[in-house]
Amino acid sequence: MMEEEEAEECPPLSPVSVVEGTEEEVTPPRALSVSPGTVRVTEAAQDGELLTFIIVSQKLSGTGEYHVDRTYEDFDWLQQHLFSLEDVPGIQGIIFPPLPARAQPNAPGKLVRQLGLLATGGTWTPYCRALEAYLQQVAGHSLLSRTQHLETFLTSPEPPGRQKVKRGLFNRLSQAVEGIRKDGHTEDVDDFFRTEREHNLSLTGLSRAAAERFLEVVQTEQKIAVACGHFAASLQLCVEAGDDPGQETFSKMCVKISEIMESMKKNVQKVAENDVTTLGLGLDLECRYQEAEKEMLFRRTCKLVELETASRNAERAKPLKKAAMDEIKKAAEKDFDQVSVVAKQEVARFQRARVAVLRQALVRWCELQILTATGSAEQWNQQLLAFRGPEPSS
Amino acid sequence: MAEQTDYREPEPGRGEEFSPEAEPINSNGQNSLLEEEEEEEEEEEEEGEDLFTEATEEVSLDSPERDVLLSDGPSPVTPPASLISPHLPHNHLYTHSSFDEMEEEDTPDLLDISILVSDPEKVGEGMNAYMAYKVTTQTSMSLFKSPQATVRRRFSDFLGLHGKLATRYLHVGYLVPPAPEKSIVGMTKVKVGKDDSSSNEFVEKRRAALERYLMRTAKHPVLLKDPDLLTFLECSELPRALSTQALSGAGILRMVTKAADAVNKMTIKMTESDTWFEEKQQKFENLDIQLRKLHCSLDSLVCHRKELSVNTGLFAKSAAMLGNSEDHTALSRALSQLAEVEEKVEQLHQDQAGADFYLLAELLADYIRLIGSVKGVFDQRVRLWQRLQDSLLLLQKKRDAEAKLHANKPEKLQQARDDIRELEGKVQQGERDFEQISKTIRKELFRFEKERVTDFKEVIIKYLESLVQTQQQLIKYWEAFLPEAKAIS
Repeated sequence: MMEEEEAEECPPLSPVSVVEGTEEEVTPPRALSVSPGTVRVTEAAQDGELLTFIIVSQKLSGTGEYHVDRTYEDFDWLQQHLFSLEDVPGIQGIIFPPLPARAQPNAPGKLVRQLGLLATGGTWTPYCRALEAYLQQVAGHSLLSRTQHLETFLTSPEPPGRQKVKRGLFNRLSQAVEGIRKDGHTEDVDDFFRTEREHNLSLTGLSRAAAERFLEVVQTEQKIAVACGHFAASLQLCVEAGDDPGQETFSKMCVKISEIMESMKKNVQKVAENDVTTLGLGLDLECRYQEAEKEMLFRRTCKLVELETASRNAERAKPLKKAAMDEIKKAAEKDFDQVSVVAKQEVARFQRARVAVLRQALVRWCELQILTATGSAEQWNQQLLAFRGPEPSS
Repeated sequence: MAEQTDYREPEPGRGEEFSPEAEPINSNGQNSLLEEEEEEEEEEEEEGEDLFTEATEEVSLDSPERDVLLSDGPSPVTPPASLISPHLPHNHLYTHSSFDEMEEEDTPDLLDISILVSDPEKVGEGMNAYMAYKVTTQTSMSLFKSPQATVRRRFSDFLGLHGKLATRYLHVGYLVPPAPEKSIVGMTKVKVGKDDSSSNEFVEKRRAALERYLMRTAKHPVLLKDPDLLTFLECSELPRALSTQALSGAGILRMVTKAADAVNKMTIKMTESDTWFEEKQQKFENLDIQLRKLHCSLDSLVCHRKELSVNTGLFAKSAAMLGNSEDHTALSRALSQLAEVEEKVEQLHQDQAGADFYLLAELLADYIRLIGSVKGVFDQRVRLWQRLQDSLLLLQKKRDAEAKLHANKPEKLQQARDDIRELEGKVQQGERDFEQISKTIRKELFRFEKERVTDFKEVIIKYLESLVQTQQQLIKYWEAFLPEAKAIS
C-alpha cells in the first residue's frame, strides 16, 4: 500500500495513535479484544459496483490477528448502531467519529464530488486510510469502543448485517432534534460552550474552504502530469532514424527533452501523492470532524431548549400538573447536565487530538516535500552536468 | 525622409499617413534580376493582385505601397526608394555573385557578438504611443565601428529591418529569420496604459522575441554584413522606412508562400533532378507538423502551470484565514507560516511557467516560423525553375518561328535573331540563378541544422537549470518551515 521506498511506514492519521498515552479519562475494561491502534484497512477490491475492504487488526492478547472483509454497508451499520447506543449517559454529548461518505465505484466523475480529497490519486488508498482512521477513532473512544457492534465488526468472520438499517427507529440522535428549528437558540448558559460554538462555526467553514482549495491544487498538479506525459509522447514521434549526422544529433536533443518531461511528470505525480497522503488527509479529517463537533453542539443546544421549555412549563403549570411538570423538568435538567459533562470532555479531547493530527500532517508533508525535491534536484543536476559536458576552456 | 511624429502601427483602411513614395529608383543602379520583372509584369499582373492582398493586409487598398508592390510583379519585391538608405552607394547590387564574394570573405573573426534588447519604455500618449526598446550590441568584430553600441528602436524599426533583409535575400535562397508577429490587441492594451500583468507579459514576450530575432539574424554570416543591419545596430538615428513597416514578417513570408501556391495551382510538377531537395522538403513538412503539435501540448502545460500558481495562492489565503481563527497558539503560528511559504511557492510556480514558456514554447514557435522561411526558399527555387522552363519554352518557340521566317523579311529575321540572342542570355542567367539558389539552399540548410542543434542544446541546459533551481528553492522553503511545524505541541 505504501510504496514510498524512502520513508518508513507512515503511521495512520488518527487522534488515537498520536494521542496515545495522554488519555486522561478513566476507562472501564474494554469489551474490545483488538488493539485500537493496530486496525488497518489494507486494501479495497472492486468488483463491478461492489467495493470490499480488507480489515486487519491485532489481538490485544498478542496472539495473532483478525482478517475480515467488509463493505460500506457494514461501516454504515456500525455507525448507525453507535448513534443508537443504549446505556450511555449523555450520549448526545459525544462527538462521533465522522464516517467518510459512501463511494460509488463506477462513477469517477461523481467520486470527486462525493469524496473530495479522498478520491484523488487514482487509487483507493486515501479512502482506505480515512476508513481506517474512522475505525481507530471508534476503537479508541472510551465510551464507543465498549459496544459489541464494534467487536463484531472487527472480528466476526461473517459480515455483521447487510440488511438495510432502519434509520427511523435506530437513530435516537435524529429524534432528539426533531421539531427544533435549526438555528433556534443562540444564547448559551455556559461561556465555555458559547466560545466553542463560535469557534466551531468559523472553523467549520474555513477548514472546508482550505480543503477545497487544497483539492484544486492537487487536481492541477495531476493535470500538469498529464500534459508532461503528452508532450513526452509527442516528442518521441519527432525522433527519426536519421541518415545524416545533423538529423541524428537533433533527434538526440528531442529524446533528451522527452526524458526531462517524463521525469517532470514523475516528480509532479509524487508531489500530488505526498499532498494527498499527508496534508490532504489531515485537512479532510479536520473538516469532517469540525462538522461532527458542530452536530454535537447542536444536539446539546437542543437539550438546552428542551430544558428551558420544561422549566417554563413547570413554572406555569397549574397545581394539578405541577408535580408532573417538575419531574419532567428535573429529568431534562439531569439529561442536559450529563450531556454537558460528556460534551466538555469530548471537546477537550477533540481539541488535543486535532492539534496532534494537524501537526503530524504538516510535519510529514513537509518532510516528504523535502525528500521529493531533494531527489528531483539531484536527478536533474546529474542530467545537467552530463549534458553540459566539460566546460569549454576558451 | 519625412519623419512623421504621429506614426502609429497601421490598421486596415488607414493608409493616408504614409508619405506618398513614388516609383522605385532605377537610375543607374539596376538590379539585374529586377530587369526581368518589369518585362514579365504584363503577364503576371493579375496574379500579382492575389499575391499581394494578403501580404499588405495591414495597408489600405488605396496606399501607394500597394501600387509599388504590384507594379513589380510577384517576386522579388522591388524595394521602394525609401528602402535604399541614402548613404548606400548605388552600385551596391545584390546579385548572387556578390553574395558569394561576401561569404568567401568570411572573416577569420569568430562570431563574437552579443545583442541585448532591454528597457522597454512607453513613448507618447494614447493611441499615438509606442514602445521603445534599448538595443545594446557588444562585439569584437572589425565589421562594427565600435565594440559597444546602444540605440533605441521601436517595433516598426525591427519590421523595417526585416522587410529590407527579406526582400534582399529571401529570393536568392537565404533563410532570413522571421520578425516577431504584430499584435494589434496586445499593442493597444499597452497604448491605452493598461498596467496589468497581461500587458506587462505582452511587452516582455515581445522584448524577448526581438532579442532572439536580432541574435539569430546576426548569427547569419551573410546577413551580418548587411549595411542595413549594421545601421540598425549602430546608428542613433534611423531613417524611417515608413512604407515597408506595413509589411510584417509574416506578410512577406505569406507573399512568398502565395507565390508557391500559385505555382501549385497551375499544377506544375517540377522534375526534381536532385532527390536531396525532395527528401529535405518532406522532412521539413513532417517537422512542421510535429512542432505544431508539440507547441500545442506545451501551451497546455504552461496554462496548467499558471493555474497551479493561482491555486497555490488561493490555498495560501485560506491557510492564512485558518491560522487567524485558530486558538491554539503554536498551530496558529504554523498555519500563518504555511500561508507565507505557499505564497513563495506560488511565485516559484509562476517562474517555472515562465521558463516553460520563454525557453521551450518560444523555441518551438521560433522554429515553426523558421520552417516557414525554409518552405519559402524551397518554393522560391521552384519558381526560378519554372521561370527557366518558361524561358526555354519561349526560346524554342522563337527558334521555330525564326526557322520559318527565313529569307522573306530580312528586318523581321534580324529582329527574331536579336530576340533569340536576348532569350538565350536570359536562359543562361536563369540556369545560373537556379544553380546558385540550389547551392545556397544547401548551404543554408546545413547551417540551419547546425544552429538547430546549438539552439536546442542551449535551451535544454537553461531549462534543466531552471528545474534544479526551483527544487533547491523549494527545499529551502520547506526546511525553514519544518521546525515551525514540529514546534506545534
